[in-house]
Amino acid sequence: MTAPAAATSRPAADVAPVARRRRTPPGRMLLQGFLIVTSLVWLAPILWALYTSLRPYADTARLGYVSIGGDYNLQNYVDSWTQAELPKYFLNTLIIVVPAVILTLMLASMVAFAVSRYSWRFNLLLLMVFTAGNLLPQQVVITPLYRLYLALPIPRPLSDNGLLYDQYIGIAIIHIAFQLGFCTFVLSNYMKTIPRELNEAAVVDGAGVFRTYLEIIMPLCRPPLAALATLQFTWVYNDFFWAIILMKSGDKLPITSALNNLKGQFFIDNNLVAAGSILVALPTLIVFFVLQKQFIKGLTLGSTKG
Amino acid sequence: MPALALRPRRLMARALVLGAALVLIVAGCGIGATEAPTSVTVGSNYSDEVPKAAFASMLEYCAGETDVEATINTTEHGKFQDSINAYLQATPDDVFTWFAGYRMRFFAGQGLATDISDVWANVGSNYSEAFKTASTGDDGKQYFIPMYNYPWVVIYRKSLFQDNGYEIPTTWSEFKDLAEQMQDDDLVPMAFADKDGWPAMGTFDILNMRQNGYQFHVDLMAGTEKWTDPRVADVFELWKELLPYLQTNALGRTWQEGAQSMINKEAGMYFLGTFAGEQASDPAIHDDLDFFPFPVLGNEWDAENAIDAPIDGLMLSKSPKNLAGAKKLLECVATGEAQIKFLESSPNNVAAAKDADTSGYTPFQKKMAEIIGNSGAIAQFLDRDTRPDFAGGNGMQKFLQDFLADPDQDLNAFLTGIQTFYDSL
Amino acid sequence: MTDQLLHERSSTPPAAAAGGVAASPPARRRSRFSLLTRRDKILLGVMVGVPTFIHVFFIWLPTILSAILSFTNWNGIGLDRIVFVGTKNYEDLFTGVYAPFWPALQHNLIWLVVFTVLATPIGIFFAVLLDKEIRGTRIYQSALYLPVVLSLAIVGFIWQLIYSPDQGLINSLLGTAKTPEAIDWLGNRDINLWAILVAASWRHIGYIMVLYLAGLKSVDPNLKEAAAIDGATETQTFFRVVLPVLRPINLVVIVITVIESLRAFDLVFITNRGLNGLELLSVLVTNNIIGEASRIGFGSAIAMILLVISVGPIIYYLTRSLKAEQA
Repeated sequence: MTAPAAATSRPAADVAPVARRRRTPPGRMLLQGFLIVTSLVWLAPILWALYTSLRPYADTARLGYVSIGGDYNLQNYVDSWTQAELPKYFLNTLIIVVPAVILTLMLASMVAFAVSRYSWRFNLLLLMVFTAGNLLPQQVVITPLYRLYLALPIPRPLSDNGLLYDQYIGIAIIHIAFQLGFCTFVLSNYMKTIPRELNEAAVVDGAGVFRTYLEIIMPLCRPPLAALATLQFTWVYNDFFWAIILMKSGDKLPITSALNNLKGQFFIDNNLVAAGSILVALPTLIVFFVLQKQFIKGLTLGSTKG
Repeated sequence: MPALALRPRRLMARALVLGAALVLIVAGCGIGATEAPTSVTVGSNYSDEVPKAAFASMLEYCAGETDVEATINTTEHGKFQDSINAYLQATPDDVFTWFAGYRMRFFAGQGLATDISDVWANVGSNYSEAFKTASTGDDGKQYFIPMYNYPWVVIYRKSLFQDNGYEIPTTWSEFKDLAEQMQDDDLVPMAFADKDGWPAMGTFDILNMRQNGYQFHVDLMAGTEKWTDPRVADVFELWKELLPYLQTNALGRTWQEGAQSMINKEAGMYFLGTFAGEQASDPAIHDDLDFFPFPVLGNEWDAENAIDAPIDGLMLSKSPKNLAGAKKLLECVATGEAQIKFLESSPNNVAAAKDADTSGYTPFQKKMAEIIGNSGAIAQFLDRDTRPDFAGGNGMQKFLQDFLADPDQDLNAFLTGIQTFYDSL
Repeated sequence: MTDQLLHERSSTPPAAAAGGVAASPPARRRSRFSLLTRRDKILLGVMVGVPTFIHVFFIWLPTILSAILSFTNWNGIGLDRIVFVGTKNYEDLFTGVYAPFWPALQHNLIWLVVFTVLATPIGIFFAVLLDKEIRGTRIYQSALYLPVVLSLAIVGFIWQLIYSPDQGLINSLLGTAKTPEAIDWLGNRDINLWAILVAASWRHIGYIMVLYLAGLKSVDPNLKEAAAIDGATETQTFFRVVLPVLRPINLVVIVITVIESLRAFDLVFITNRGLNGLELLSVLVTNNIIGEASRIGFGSAIAMILLVISVGPIIYYLTRSLKAEQA
């Protein structure tokens, strides 16, 4: 961190003393006004979807979409919930997301623990492999991955067709493989900030590597783990691509990918589409409102390091 | 550091939590694993509401007839087609929905379908020769059981024509006159939509067959005629004559939306497969729908009067788990009774089997059968008559959209581009 | 007790911790590894080995295989049908035999430029505004990054409600809905990429804003004070003091912007499957590989081009962030 010192000295040298505009109340007002307008513009698409979803199709067909009047009810929600069999797809998502997030965090924390707490010759290389892998465009891997998924034999309880293709576990695995990169990076950065002396203390106490990991380091990593869990949940939940490629059975699609398939069934009833979209967005919105802090922390952990 | 003293019990607890998580994961992935051994699985692309119900009711009927319980696994129509390749190689359902023509022969040729000549030996007498040909692979064996077909025609609302005193046009000039008249009446003469890339193929096909005849269509699709042939340019010139009467913004509109504008009397006519009728969910409106064949141009092909009337049906995957059951199911589907079950719920097609009881046909269906019967030659459809990699999103879908986005572009360069692409495959 | 420790730890500035690590000489560290028992070494090997295997097997192995397949012609059925065709696939791409390639590349570049010169700076601008201690800043903040938690699929659906020619908000407001004059935002290939970019930016701006805001909060306020005392305007302070201090986060923002532009897929696929003016490299790869008739070799060649383009930013990022940190 040598940059700040250099940076502070420079402005002093070449900045002409401009007439100082101290922040005045009118300026603040302007700023407030600007931010209010911007926020409303930003929320407008979602509010519009919400408004549309509350109106029966017949009313909007008669009155036009930009109108007030007619009925307001939750019928579109009821219809899309039942017609589109949303509960089934929500369950599919759950079956994929929960193991994916847990396993990603478990595996990533192990690697992070090993590379950050012990000295290996390949530490840096390993981190590079993980981080670069996470940044690869998904399309680069799909062809061979697709074939791998059709070729690898998977035992019965994990896969009902003996393959990874068209299986919950297949979707979970590719998420794990990709997200391991990001989580390892974040966790190893975090673990580096934990003093090494703790390891020594553990050794003195007679603890082996695994107990050091589980008993000492992991509890200390609760903040980044919570943040990452929140973030990973949102990302895996929101994934559209992998299920489109690697799932075939319409019945097994996770909710985000299923929504696209349901479009056909909705004919051209935008009100129903709006209601369906909001229902599908609901879990992430709830996570957003309840765990806002964790979410932001997760995003920023990766960038601000710790 | 007393706080760090390790407590074995907590360690145990943590290990237990980890273990439980693993068990949950394993259990979670095993959900939905088993199915009854006597049943047959059917992969279906009937994802839209009307045909989905129709297909289910047909298989339910067959379950009663044959004791073969079908488990339907529905995939969205477009996605089903996209993933068909991997699907058939991986773990396909025993039976799957598919299309006659080149598209059927392609997968049969790749060894991804089971020969069902023995089924045909039993049910063959129930189909015309044309259906048998459409079900036969390159090796002369049958791989396909036709369920129904549907013609591509000009659909309109009877009440609209009545109220405005419109006459059914049979020639190109009558057709254009009618379109002019509709424009004067503030109607869009023809609905038009090509957001999904394939509906415009129907327009190309009909103009091509009206202009150049059925055999040219077949040869062009098979690659023996070239896209750079001046006769192909004629087709696009003809299309340009039609463009002023077509709904604008077609590339952003789905066929469902196009059909709605015809149903809502915003557009006077719509050239599409009769499945457009699925969009008329109100039976009264469905009864008000009628159609006529695309007008003839006044040339040597008038008498032939070829149309697209694609056949949909079922195929058997390469190694079905329940071969006997699947064949029994196919035999049932080849009967008129079963097909009528489908059509009862979706009267937008006509049965393929000879013994289908057509007395229950709606006027809509009777007309379909009549038009198909009056056609001298039946094509499948552009994307069913040519190789799939040429027809798809990188090929003809894109090229036709390119034409529609800029109809005034240099046709020679445009057609050379199509031929170059075909040659690169 | 552990909780208390945890708090202490997490509030320790990274710099201090990093200094602590650097202080211990390498020789001592290595000896510590050798202190481990054989069993512990094996255990560590497993802890690293299993995740590494999963990652390499499912990500890097396919990447290498893609590179090989890009020199073949294969319809995806039966391994014995793979035919090596040399560089034909690449020649077809660059000579325009495959018409969608150049438009797709161009669209990816437009995407990148719009994100770089518009969306990302706007996100940073909002972050700077929100960094000021104003009333309601949390509410504005939430509003701006609400779209970030939505999937791109949902973003696509929501914006269709706005863009549709017959039922959409904009055409309804203009009074052109259901008329031939309706603007077909998503169907007209002269404007649909821009319409999609508005929707994409809607989400991207919030994303950048969150990242940057966190960075700004970590800037020592004394720095800004000092600059102000020295007579710097706010703008000057930002460009000459704050921006240089935020080098690590700038790096992340740059990489995210580039990678997101190259990965863009969901939104156009939802809108019209990436046809008609919305071609992107990612869509072309997908169309060639998963379509009814797969052109695996050809699709892989496009994927390789995508890879080559993304390798630059990835290496840039790795060398800057990992090396710098190790030093």
